[in-house]
Amino acid sequence: MVKAVVGYAVSRLALMAGLLLVVSFVVFSLTYLAPGDPLDAIAGNFPRTPEVTAALTAQYGLDRPFHEQYLSWLGRAVQLDLGESIMTRQSVLVEITERMGVTLFLSAYAFVLAVALGVPLAVLAATRPRTIWDRLAVTVSVVGVSAPAFVTGLVLLYLFGVRWPVFPIYAAGDGFADRVAHLTLPAVALAFMALGLIVKFTRSSLLTVLDQDYITFARARGVPPRRVLLRYGLRNALVPVITALGLVLIGMLSGSVLIEQTFSLPGVGGRMVEAVTSTDIPMIQGMALLIAATVVLISLLVDLAYFAVSPDLRRRFRS
Amino acid sequence: MIEPQTRRRARSRRIPLLVLGAVVVVLGGFAMAAFGSVLAPHDPYADSLQNTLLSPSSTYWLGTDDAGRDVLSRVLVGARLAVLGPVVVVIVSALIGTLFGLLAGYHGGVVDSVVMRVTDLLSSLPALLVAVVLTGALGGGYAVAVAVTCLLTIAVDMRVVRGAALEVRQKAYVAAAMTLGLGKWRVMFVHILPNVVGLVVANVFLNLAHVLVVLAALSFLGLGIPPGAADWGRMLSENIALLQSQPLAAIAPGAALVLFAVSMNLVGDWVFDTISNRERS
Repeated sequence: MVKAVVGYAVSRLALMAGLLLVVSFVVFSLTYLAPGDPLDAIAGNFPRTPEVTAALTAQYGLDRPFHEQYLSWLGRAVQLDLGESIMTRQSVLVEITERMGVTLFLSAYAFVLAVALGVPLAVLAATRPRTIWDRLAVTVSVVGVSAPAFVTGLVLLYLFGVRWPVFPIYAAGDGFADRVAHLTLPAVALAFMALGLIVKFTRSSLLTVLDQDYITFARARGVPPRRVLLRYGLRNALVPVITALGLVLIGMLSGSVLIEQTFSLPGVGGRMVEAVTSTDIPMIQGMALLIAATVVLISLLVDLAYFAVSPDLRRRFRS
Repeated sequence: MIEPQTRRRARSRRIPLLVLGAVVVVLGGFAMAAFGSVLAPHDPYADSLQNTLLSPSSTYWLGTDDAGRDVLSRVLVGARLAVLGPVVVVIVSALIGTLFGLLAGYHGGVVDSVVMRVTDLLSSLPALLVAVVLTGALGGGYAVAVAVTCLLTIAVDMRVVRGAALEVRQKAYVAAAMTLGLGKWRVMFVHILPNVVGLVVANVFLNLAHVLVVLAALSFLGLGIPPGAADWGRMLSENIALLQSQPLAAIAPGAALVLFAVSMNLVGDWVFDTISNRERS
């Protein structure tokens, strides 16, 4: 069993490492694809004497062939040396880690909200078709999936920040309680999108499972309804739910960028927008690698979760 | 659990009222995109210092923004920018995605698995962020944003068409056509394509909703569309500061965006369901 999991994880890891390598190549090429020459991309509008130019050329090896430059860049990136931001002259890594706290808090908060509300709502809808719960679930899933996070955020900001100022707006708050208060509106906005996906996938998956013969049989045998629902129903409906959770986590990467912008939060997303609008190439590269690494990590987690809930998959992998 | 009876009833009612409403909204959105500048009661770009931040009135139905520009006119005219980009993206990617999806589904084997690896990779990435990074790094104009979104949408279309083509290819009539010695292109376009085209149409609507939101999000973040333009995403981000004094300036374009995207998704879902129901029966 343990051996199967490890083997599976290793094979997935190898694939993911390959994927990261491809992404890193594209990310490195941005230096050359950006407008102006690579030196502009690295140094920006920094006043450049011939000495500075020579020093930078030597430091980044711009006089060496492309593949050598890539390899040395990759070597530094692997050691988390991502260069420094053109705008602030600070280490890209330091800036990103400084701002990571707000983004992680926001995403985790939204994720918990979405799962805690979404799964019960989907269960209610699937077990009580054509009731108000069913309608609510369908509405939430259509609107949640279509409404962009920044519009939801804007409406919440207006209603509960301006019209009826229940929650503080602007800044991210210090200390846990204060932070919860400050991040509630952004988290709800972010959770709404996630809620749509979770409800949509969970509801339809549970509906399919509850239609199976073994459910009817379990009911006929007199298995308590709660046990039928949880143990026979939800347990077997989990694979699409995990797919939805993976999509939600990846969606939160883009969602948090939009939400941080809407609520002017000092997170990674806001910094990324700054970097992009000022063509701060080293910062953009750092962000792109961070995004790619996160996507890879999420898909790995999703794969392991499939493995955990599906005996079928485990059996197939063992043989 | 849906009882068989309700299932029958759901199918017999032709088009649900909600979907009909959604169709009206979608058509209305397209009409706005086509005739928005004719319908607009004021010049969307004419600023006037006397008329800043007016509340809704009979002259300015949705009030004015901080530069004294009419909000309603800007929303109406903004429909063109909001709709045009997504329409181009969706049509181009439907054409290219269908072609390559058919090829991959028809050939199978190595071509298929290489193609699927690439599309898997592309569709596992968060579309918006890829567009943000590339548009930013390439010194992004609107054209770059559209091109990047197009590339990612092609991957989605290809996966859908390839999956369907793979299924159709197993059918007896395709085998019959091949036994008759018909050419590959003929089998692909005359015998397989008509059976997957419904899916392509459903996907066009679903993609339209998605791309609409992605491009609006890009301009909300300040990419692609220049500042001050009558564009929904731009209006949203520029008017957030006015939530205190003139909330409609930010909420109206947001509402237009959500209404349009939700309707497009409803239509797409309905087309999708209708096709899969028809196939099942």
